[in-house]
Amino acid sequence: MNQMRAFFFVVNTNGIGEFYKRINPNNMSFLFDSFKGWKQYCLDKDITLYDSVIEYEMTQKNKKEADIWTGLGKAYQVMKEAVDTGLQEDMTSRSGMINNGAKKVYKHPLSVLSPEFQRLIARALAAKEVNSCMGRVVAAPTAGASGILPGTLYTLQEIHQLEDQKILEGLLVGAGIALIIEEKASLAGAVGGCQAETGSAAAMASGAMVFCLGGSIDQIFNAVAITIQCMLGLVCDPVAGLVEIPCVVRNASASAIANSSAQIALADVSAVIPVDECIEAMGEIGASMETRYKETALGGLAATLTGQEIAKRVLIQDIEILPDEELPQ
Amino acid sequence: MGSKSSVFDMIGPVMIGPSSSHTAGVVRIARAAIRVLGGSPENAVITFYNSFARTYEGHGSDKAILGGLMDFKTDDPHIREAFDIIKERGIQYTFKSIGNASVYHPNTIKLVLTKGAKTIEVIGESLGGGLINIAEVDGFNANFTAQSHTLIIKAQDVAGAIAFISNIIAQEQTNIATMSVSRKGKNDLACHVIEMDSGIRATTIDYLKTIPWIKDLIYIPDIDL
Repeated sequence: MNQMRAFFFVVNTNGIGEFYKRINPNNMSFLFDSFKGWKQYCLDKDITLYDSVIEYEMTQKNKKEADIWTGLGKAYQVMKEAVDTGLQEDMTSRSGMINNGAKKVYKHPLSVLSPEFQRLIARALAAKEVNSCMGRVVAAPTAGASGILPGTLYTLQEIHQLEDQKILEGLLVGAGIALIIEEKASLAGAVGGCQAETGSAAAMASGAMVFCLGGSIDQIFNAVAITIQCMLGLVCDPVAGLVEIPCVVRNASASAIANSSAQIALADVSAVIPVDECIEAMGEIGASMETRYKETALGGLAATLTGQEIAKRVLIQDIEILPDEELPQ
Repeated sequence: MGSKSSVFDMIGPVMIGPSSSHTAGVVRIARAAIRVLGGSPENAVITFYNSFARTYEGHGSDKAILGGLMDFKTDDPHIREAFDIIKERGIQYTFKSIGNASVYHPNTIKLVLTKGAKTIEVIGESLGGGLINIAEVDGFNANFTAQSHTLIIKAQDVAGAIAFISNIIAQEQTNIATMSVSRKGKNDLACHVIEMDSGIRATTIDYLKTIPWIKDLIYIPDIDL
């Protein structure tokens, strides 16, 4: 094998993975390298998208199937509790920047679009406010984006009267989507900006929603592509470095985009640029994004006059600066 | 990049907010440290370094570290009330923040913990996503993740020590994932840090403790269990 690898390396530096995939197309370890490969794998084996995710977790992570369903059930339960907690309990963050916004939205007498849309936005805010206020959440895929799957799936389940089992299958589809984004781009704000966190969560949500509503593999992947197209370029510029402003409202807007993309994809309106290429574009944009837009709180909203004033107030100013001879070596 | 992620890295972990590096990772550093000490401390001196020095309060890392010192898990809602609970339990603590320790990782915490006559010093790094690295234990390089089962053995620098220890572990049918040995000087004490894929029996730990050249042994099972 090693000789073969060396040989192919000389012939074609990009061909190693492709070569192994060709000689062993059913090798699970290549499954979440691309959406194209994921679809082909499921078609070849005649299994659903979520079956393949279960199989991956069992063969690559040595998990038992029953434990996977139990873990997903627990995760969805925590997501729903986060929504309810955010709408019922006091949600004031230590900095004071987050102050019970979700409840105000939920109770407001005037609906801009519809009561369902109002609830969607309130729920996404609620779960994310719980995160900002040191409550319990599911990082999906990250803590900064922890309001998006709860807000969208809770609302979808309510509107369409879906069984919990269907939502758990949708979460598996979302996990498969995130595994590929992690492989081809990034899920971390410090690496790819906000697009990597709220963008990825919105893509997971949109794909999961289309799946739950009976969409085809192409429609699911199209929803992912359209969502990514809408979230591209978003920078991570948290005020005072806290996971509060603008993270909380971006969880609401990302949830809205997940819904608009699902609506577009279900109608078979093509994203034109294939999903794998959309993810690659996200990776390329993330790689060329300046450091001050990657969670460092040095650019964007964090660098505004007000942003800096808030930082001065909430960050610890009286830290020690040790003389050289006392510094750890 | 190491091996690929799990479904439960994408849908998870379940954790107390707001940030995996400022809360989940910080809790785990403290949970690893109290296992080095052998229980919750009576007194703790907690130093936040570099980026953490300025940001720990706003992110609630102070509550996270105190919660971890009381062995709260990363998803325990009591972390929010850590200040009140630690007061009830009578644990003394001091916070320090140092901004310019550039040799350390940006998100580093030093814990000096005392229980009875025993005092330990642990330096931990929060790497993001809740992952941690315990960089030092009592001044020795440690570099373990606390995600698997870890054995820390301080031993005299005798010939054949590594072979002896790895042989004993092999008898337990457990696989060594990583092993590092460091010492402060020639013929001084050496520190063996061994990460294993599965746990070892208490009788084996007790046997190792009877070996005359083994001066101290700490066994830390997977801290998330």
